[in-house]
Amino acid sequence: MNEAIQTPVNRVQARLADSQLRRNWAKLKRNKAAVFGGVLILIYVFTALLAPVIFPRSPSAPDLDRSLEGPSLKHPLGTDELGRSILGRIIHGSRVSLLIAIGVVSVGLLVGVPLGLVSGYYGGKVDFGIQRVTDTMLAFPGFLLALALVAVLGVGLKNTVISVGISMVPLYIRLVRGCALSVKEQVYVEAAKAVGTRDVAILLRHILPNVMVPITVQTSLGMGTAILFAAGLGFLGLGVQPPTPEWGAMLGSGRAYLFNAPHVATFPGIAIFLAVLGFNLSGDGLRDVLDPRFKL
Amino acid sequence: MRQGFLLSVRGLRTRFHTYDGVVTAVDRVSLDVYRGETLGVVGESGCGKSVTALSILRLLRSPPAEIEGIIRFEGTNLLDLSRDEIRRVRGNAISMIFQEPMTSLNPVLTVGEQISEAIKLHQGVTRQEALRRAVEMLEMVQIPAPDARAQEYPHKLSGGMRQRAMIAMALSCHPQLLLADEPTTALDVTIQAQIVDLMQRLKEEFETSIVLITHNLGLIAEMAKRVVVMYTGQVVEEAPVEDLFREPLHPYTRGLLGSIPWIGRKLETGRRQLQEIPGIVPSLLEMPDGCRFHPRCNQAMDICRKEEPPLIEPNDRRKVLCWLWA
Repeated sequence: MNEAIQTPVNRVQARLADSQLRRNWAKLKRNKAAVFGGVLILIYVFTALLAPVIFPRSPSAPDLDRSLEGPSLKHPLGTDELGRSILGRIIHGSRVSLLIAIGVVSVGLLVGVPLGLVSGYYGGKVDFGIQRVTDTMLAFPGFLLALALVAVLGVGLKNTVISVGISMVPLYIRLVRGCALSVKEQVYVEAAKAVGTRDVAILLRHILPNVMVPITVQTSLGMGTAILFAAGLGFLGLGVQPPTPEWGAMLGSGRAYLFNAPHVATFPGIAIFLAVLGFNLSGDGLRDVLDPRFKL
Repeated sequence: MRQGFLLSVRGLRTRFHTYDGVVTAVDRVSLDVYRGETLGVVGESGCGKSVTALSILRLLRSPPAEIEGIIRFEGTNLLDLSRDEIRRVRGNAISMIFQEPMTSLNPVLTVGEQISEAIKLHQGVTRQEALRRAVEMLEMVQIPAPDARAQEYPHKLSGGMRQRAMIAMALSCHPQLLLADEPTTALDVTIQAQIVDLMQRLKEEFETSIVLITHNLGLIAEMAKRVVVMYTGQVVEEAPVEDLFREPLHPYTRGLLGSIPWIGRKLETGRRQLQEIPGIVPSLLEMPDGCRFHPRCNQAMDICRKEEPPLIEPNDRRKVLCWLWA
């Protein structure tokens, strides 16, 4: 008899849980800016994944006879100073920037979230220590910090990821610490302690899931910032090194030809702009949908 | 110390170091809980009832809290235990239920997961087994369709249901002592009655002792055998429940009892109006000299203003902290 009662109950509940998701999805769909951002991200990710299919030729092979040509049928976005197709380099460059963005955000999350949780939850001396280091890092503009770290570590893809990632760590620490501070005062955390739950379990099972919303939003916004920072380093010649196609580096080398061949710098610039815009718009949209009270 | 005590608290003092000074929230509190007994702790807001309970389980963060005294539970002083040892006591031998059923369950975990947490922790069983027992507990606290409820998130449960779930969680490891901190305050009256019945029934079934913290004297009359009355962090009177209601000794207790409306009964004074205790609770930072209750007491004498009253024992079952009985 129990079964007979429970099955429909379960079904109703499943539908309710579904409807929560669906309502969020509907809200997200109503937010035109977020949808536009999402479409940009989709285009960007698919371009990155399918780059060798869309543009099978090597993006780095020079063709000096065709250097600095304007847009044509063969090279829709023109060529750069070495005669390489700018379209091809943007397409293949999307893989590099996506890789950097994911790497940077991972570094930020893996280092920042645990430190923020520990800092907020334990408080006291641990908190003081972590927060003073965070203060110090936040005293530098983020990009300057990344730049200084590159100066120490050296250039290249891996070092770009590490240095931009570390420059983002304090943001995650602050964000997660603040949320952990408010969540740890909740009665359910006290109740969990009252049944003897270990600190680690309280952090992972009770506090972390309750701070996932702001982390998700920050992650989306952070992807945009990461792309921008990495491009900035590339522009200065301190990021990913040639001949790897990287948007910032393309922008940097195109700068020299801004007057006679403006397309060389313009198109990579637009690519950076659209990718960052996509992450920012969808990040804002996610924030509005997931938690209207939460404003960064 | 007499035999039969499950919990025996002696000279418990809990202080908080704040920016405004040291606040003594609990001051030299001594109380005993016998096996299978329900001890009522009454007093108005801020008198240290909850802090006493939290101190027993050492759930206060220190610093700022500083706990002194002896909390003897089954022969061991809980204050001597290491962090790991006290963690094994929590939820296992001693559990606690809180006042706020609406916020005492984690919104992102299912009810079953939360109840099984304690079981997994203290009984070393598998996840499935813990979940099965959690469902059993839900059934025991009379939640309909416990299987389905266990898989649900707390927002789908009403306040009364959540408090039942909390009771299920607290009793899941069959603790010897349950600290119930205002377990019915946030619930409406019919649900209160159900929760009281449930706690009574489970208490007998599991032979659990209960420390019932409340400001609801009706609840005390219904459930408790002995009562401790607290005022500004001190125990001012201790008595069996019938004696306390028949003949309150401390002027504060009389004030408390005088401020309850009784249907169809004239008040002792012959007036039909409700009595109140004049004045307000003094700040814990600025305690009056002498007896802490003297500024509000209508029987205050000279000595009350100067010297702290001693703890008087008019008979072997009662204690009172008042100069009137010295």
